[in-house]
Amino acid sequence: MSESIYEKPEYFTNREISWLGFNSRVLSEAKDKSLPLLERLKFLSITASNLDEFFMIRVASLKDMVHAKYTKKDIAGLTPSEQLKLIGEEAHTLVQQQYSTYNRSLLPVMKQCGLELITEHERLSKEQEEYVDQYFEENVYPVLTPMALDSSRPFPLIRNKTLNIGALVLKKEVAWLKEEVSDEGKKDSGKKKSSSKEEKEKLEFATVQVPSVLPRVVFLPEGKKGKRCAILLEQIIERNIDKLFLNYDVVCAHPYRIMRNADLTIEEDEAADLLKEIQKLLKKRQWGEVIRLEIEDKMEPKLLKILKKELNVKDEDIYKINGPLDLTFLMKLYGTEGMEEYRNKPYQPQPVPGMNDEEDIFTQIRRGDIFLHHPYMTFSPVIQFVRQAASDPDVLAIKQTLYRVSGNSPIVAALAQAAENGKQVTVLVELKARFDEENNILWAKMLEKAGCHVIYGLLGLKTHSKITLVVRREEDGIRRYVHLGTGNYNDSTAKQYTDCGILTCSEPIGEDATAVFNMLSGYSEPKRWNKLVLAPIWLRKRFLELIRRETAYAREGHPAQIIAKMNSLCDQEIIGALYEASAAGVKIDLIIRGICCLKVGIPGISENIHVRSIVGNFLEHARIFYFRNDGEEEFYMSSADWMPRNLDKRVEILFPIEDPRLREEARHILDIQLEDNVKAHILQPDGNYEKIDKRGKVLICAQDYFCREAVERAKAPREEEQTRIFTPAQPAEDV
Amino acid sequence: MAGRTFAAIGIGSTETEMKVFEFETRRGMREIDWVSRRLNLGLDAYTLGRISQENINDLCETLNDFRRIMEGYKVESYRVCATSAFRASRNMSIMRDYIEKQTGLTIEVLSNSEQRFYDYKSIASVTEEFENIIQNPAAIVDIGGNSIQISLFDNDKLITTQNIRMGNVSTREKLIPLLKNPEHFVKLVEELLGHELEGFNKLYQKDRQIKNLIVVGGNLTELIHSFEKEGKQIPSITAAQFQKLYEEIIPLEPDEIAWKFDIAPEKTSVIMPSVVFCRCMMEHFGVETVWLPGFSLADGLAYDYGEKKKYIRCVHSFEEDIIAAARNISKRYKGDPAHVKNLEAIGLKVFDKMKKIHGLGKRERLLLQISIILHNCGKYISLENVSECAYNIIMATEIIGLSHTEREMVAFTVKLNTSPFEYFAELSQNTNLTEEQYLIVAKMTAILRIINALDRTHRQKCKNASVSLKENELQIVVESQEDLTLEAGTFREKADFFEEVFNVRPVFRQKKKF
Repeated sequence: MSESIYEKPEYFTNREISWLGFNSRVLSEAKDKSLPLLERLKFLSITASNLDEFFMIRVASLKDMVHAKYTKKDIAGLTPSEQLKLIGEEAHTLVQQQYSTYNRSLLPVMKQCGLELITEHERLSKEQEEYVDQYFEENVYPVLTPMALDSSRPFPLIRNKTLNIGALVLKKEVAWLKEEVSDEGKKDSGKKKSSSKEEKEKLEFATVQVPSVLPRVVFLPEGKKGKRCAILLEQIIERNIDKLFLNYDVVCAHPYRIMRNADLTIEEDEAADLLKEIQKLLKKRQWGEVIRLEIEDKMEPKLLKILKKELNVKDEDIYKINGPLDLTFLMKLYGTEGMEEYRNKPYQPQPVPGMNDEEDIFTQIRRGDIFLHHPYMTFSPVIQFVRQAASDPDVLAIKQTLYRVSGNSPIVAALAQAAENGKQVTVLVELKARFDEENNILWAKMLEKAGCHVIYGLLGLKTHSKITLVVRREEDGIRRYVHLGTGNYNDSTAKQYTDCGILTCSEPIGEDATAVFNMLSGYSEPKRWNKLVLAPIWLRKRFLELIRRETAYAREGHPAQIIAKMNSLCDQEIIGALYEASAAGVKIDLIIRGICCLKVGIPGISENIHVRSIVGNFLEHARIFYFRNDGEEEFYMSSADWMPRNLDKRVEILFPIEDPRLREEARHILDIQLEDNVKAHILQPDGNYEKIDKRGKVLICAQDYFCREAVERAKAPREEEQTRIFTPAQPAEDV
Repeated sequence: MAGRTFAAIGIGSTETEMKVFEFETRRGMREIDWVSRRLNLGLDAYTLGRISQENINDLCETLNDFRRIMEGYKVESYRVCATSAFRASRNMSIMRDYIEKQTGLTIEVLSNSEQRFYDYKSIASVTEEFENIIQNPAAIVDIGGNSIQISLFDNDKLITTQNIRMGNVSTREKLIPLLKNPEHFVKLVEELLGHELEGFNKLYQKDRQIKNLIVVGGNLTELIHSFEKEGKQIPSITAAQFQKLYEEIIPLEPDEIAWKFDIAPEKTSVIMPSVVFCRCMMEHFGVETVWLPGFSLADGLAYDYGEKKKYIRCVHSFEEDIIAAARNISKRYKGDPAHVKNLEAIGLKVFDKMKKIHGLGKRERLLLQISIILHNCGKYISLENVSECAYNIIMATEIIGLSHTEREMVAFTVKLNTSPFEYFAELSQNTNLTEEQYLIVAKMTAILRIINALDRTHRQKCKNASVSLKENELQIVVESQEDLTLEAGTFREKADFFEEVFNVRPVFRQKKKF
C-alpha cells in the first residue's frame, strides 16, 4: 500500500476539533429535556471541567509549539497556529452554547423545580442580605487575602483555575474620581470628562481570591413555600468588598478566572530522581503561561485592560461570560439534599453472576475465567482479589500497576497489608498520571513504608496498563492469578466509568503477566509472549496485522468485519489501515466515545466505516476489539486506545478473550452498543454527529439495558444452586 | 510432592539471568519465572582482563533484585554460577568476595567444562527429542562470549567435546578494529573459524557427516520464531532456511535486525557473529538441520538440581557422556582399552565392596572410573615419566562434566598411581585441593594402585575377579591359568599403602580352573 493513498490530510479531522465536538455531545445531554434537572446540571458541569482540562493540556501544548516556532502539520494538515485559531472559534461557540443552555434552559427549570440561584447580589431580599452579610463576617472574611497592586508591589500570583474578584480601588482622598471611571465604560472614550492624568493613575488594581476552601454555593434560609435559594460565594464577596479595602473606595469589582499551561512534560532523561522532578514540576504548574482568561461580560474595560496587560493575554484568549464563571459548581448542586426527584435514582452495581462473596475467590477463578463489566457489575471482586491475596497464607507475591487510585483506596490499603503480612508486593505507581501526580507520590511513599517494592514507572513511558498478578503456592504447584482490565484500579470511578475486566488463572496469561512485571522492573523482554501484546513495542504492529488480515480476507472475497470500541481514535497509521480495509470491503463498526479523526463516507475510502459515539450517564471507557478472522472470530480487550500516545508512549496491554462464555459477553456488549438509538450519536460525512431518528423504533439505551440486565442476572439463581437442587421425579403418566 | 522451587542464576558474558523452576510430581520441572538483565561483563573481561567497578556494582544490584525475587518464591535452594567473564578476570577472587558480601549469595565460578556440561544438560532435559536427534551424527555447538564448545555425538554416544577460543563477544571486539567494511567481518570470521574446524575435522569428525547442528547460546533462537512448530520443544530450521536467514541478516545494521526480527536491540550485537559462526559450521559439517533450543546454563543447573534431589527422573545418562568423553581422551593418547576394561571391572567391584569403609559416593565412583580410564595416557608422551605426563595431559584436557577440582583429583590419582605418594603437607604445596579432597585422592589412588598391579603386564591374565570383604581383609579372587608371580609381587608392594589408607589388608588369590 502506498501510504499517501490513505493518509491524505483531507481524510482526517483535527483531533482538537473532534474533541470539542465530543464536548458538544456532552452538552447535548445537558440540553436533553427528558433528563431530570440535576442530571442536566451535572452534564453542564462536566462540559466545563472538560474544557478546563482541554485548555490546560491541549491548548497549552499547541501554544508551546507556536512559541517554539514548531510548524509541523497535524494529520489534518494544520499547523499549530492554524489549529489554535480554529480551536478559538469553536471554543467560543461552545462556551456560548454552555451559557445559553444555562441561562435559557436550566435556570428557568431550576426555578420551576424550586431551586433559585441568585446570580446578582443586588437581587437579595432584606432578610437574605442580612444572612449573607453575617455569613461573610463569620465565614468568608477570615479566610480572604485581598491584594492591591501599585507601583511598589508587583502583580500578585493568580493561581491556576482559581476564581478571583478583580477590583479597581481608589484611595479615599481621590474618591471623587470614582464616578468618572465608572462612567467610562458606558461612554465614548473621546467624550470623557476632563481629569488630570496624574489623578487617574491613582486608580489601583486589587484582587481577592474566592476561597476554594469554602463552598461555592451558599444556601440561604428557606423562603416562602419552601423554595430553596442559593447564592454564589463570589456574589457574597462582591457585596462586601468594601470591607476588604478599608482606606479605599471600590470603583468596580468583577470575577475573573485564568487557566495556565499545565502540560507536564517531564524531561526524564535529565531527571536523576523522577520523584523529585515531578514534585518540582508540580510547584511550577502554578506559574505556567496564562492561556485563557474568563471574565464577566460586563467587566469594566479599565479593569480588563489591567488584567490583559499583567497576565499577558491576547484578545482571542479572553472569554466574556454571560453568567457565573466556572460552571463546575453545578456538580455541587447535583448532590443537593431533598431533590431526589430531580436526579436519576443512583444505580447500585450488581453482584457478578456466578460469583459468591462467601467463597474463596481463587477457587472461583479456578472454576473458570470471570468476566467483569463495570459499573453494571460491582468492582468488589477486584478489591476482594487483592484483599484476599493479602491475607492468604499461600500467596507468595502480589504485583500490580496503579495509574489512578481513589482517595483511601481499599486496594492500596490491601497492598500495604500484604507487604506487612510478609508477601512480596511489587507495585508500579505511575507518577506521570496527569493531575494525579501528587496523589500518586503520596501512595508511593506510603506503600514503600509498608514494605512494598515500588517501581516508579519507566523512563519516557507512562504505564497505563491495568494488571494485577497474584502468585500462589498450591498443592499442585505454583499458580498465577491475573486480573486484566480496561479501567483503573479505582473503586470510585468504577461506579461511573464503563470498563471490562477478566479474572483468570490461565497459565499462558500468568506467564505473560510475570514477564510484564519483569519488564516493568527493568529486566529484558521475554523471548516470546503467549497471549498478551504490549505497547509500545508490539501493540501497534499487532493491531495493524489484525486489521490487514481482515483486508486480505476481504480481497479474497471472504466476509470480513471489524468492530472496535474505544475512547479515541486518532492514529494516522491505524486510520490509514482502516481506510484500506474499508476500501477492500471490510465492514467496520467503530464505537468511539471521544476523539475520532477518521472521516466516514469518503467515496472509495471509508464508505464501509460507521462511527458512533455513546455519551450517557456513565463514561464509556472500555476498549473492546473484534476481528472476524474468516469465521475464527477473535475478541480482545485493552487499556489502549488507537492513539499514538497509547501505541508509542505508554505501556499498554492487549489481552485476548478466549473463554467461549466471556467471548459471548464481549459480543453482547458490542451488539447492544451498536443497537443503541437513544444515547448514540452517529458520525456524518461532514464531521458532525447526529442522533438517530427514533421514530417508529424500539428504544434501546445501551447503558440502561446493561443496568437492567445486571439487576435481572443478579436476581436469577446461580447455576450452581440450580444444579444442586434435587428434583423429585413425577409419577410416570399412563401411556 | 508439593512444588519445590529452585532458582538458577547464570552470570554470563553479556547477560545475567535468573530462572526460577518448580519441581512437582505431576508437571515435572517447570520454569515459572525468568528475569534477565544485560550486563556486558565479557567486554571488560576479554579486553581489559578485569571487570569494571561500575559493572560489578550493577551486578550486585541485579543479584540483590534476584535475591528479592527468590525470597518471593520462597525457593528451596539456589545456585549462582559465573562463567567465562569471571574466569577471564584477573580480579576474580577479590570481585567474587566483594559481590558475595554485598549480596549474601554464594557464587560458583564454573570451569569451561562444567559450564558446557550444564549447557549440554539443558538440551538433554528435553529428553525424547534430544535422544532422537543424537541417534545420527550431531554436533552441539555452544556459542559463548569467549569461546565455542563443539560436542560431537554419534549413535547416542558422545564422541568428543572441544573448545575453540572464538566467542561472539571476544571475536567481535578483536575484529572490529581490523575491519575495512561490514562484509569484511564475515570473511575474517569464516577464515578464522574455518581453520579451527579443519583441525577438528582431522582429529574427530573424520568421515562422519554431521546432519544435525544443535546450537546453544548466541541469542539465535529469537531469529526463528516464525519457523517454530506446534508441539515441538526444540525449534529447528533447515539448512536452506538458515542460509536464507543468513543472507537476510548479513546486510542489516543491528537496529534493523532488531526491528525486522522483533528482537531486543541490545541483543543484536552478538547475533551477527553468532549467525556467521553457525553458518560457517553448517557449511563445514554439511549440516541438514539446525536446532535452536533456546536453553541456557540456568536450565542445566536446574535439571542437575532436580536430578540430584531425585525430583525428576533422568532418562539420558550423563555419566555415560562423561565416561565416553574420558574414553575418547584415552583413545586419543593411545590408551590400552583392554587393560582399562579389565581394571574397570575389578576396580569398581573393589570400590563397591569397600563402600562402608571409604564412605565415598556415586560421584567419587565416577572419578575413580575416569582415573582408571586415563591412568596410562602418559605413555603417549614418555615411557619414562608416565605419571607426570599423564598428570599434565589430564590437566590440559577438558573433560565435559567435571569441574576443575574434580579433574585435578583425577590427575593426582593418576599421577600418584605410579609416583611416590605425597602426603597432604607436601601435596598441598602444589594444589588448592582441600584436605577432604586430598583424602578422596588417597582412597582412589589406593584402589587404583592395587588393581593396576593385577594387570601389571597388560595381558589381562586375571579374569572374573570376585571381591569380598571379611573383617579387616579385602579378598580379591581371580581366575587365571597363567603365572601371576609378577602381579602378586606388585600387588604386595601396593597393598601396604592400601592398608594404610583403609586399615584393610588386600589379599590376592588365584583360582585355577582345570
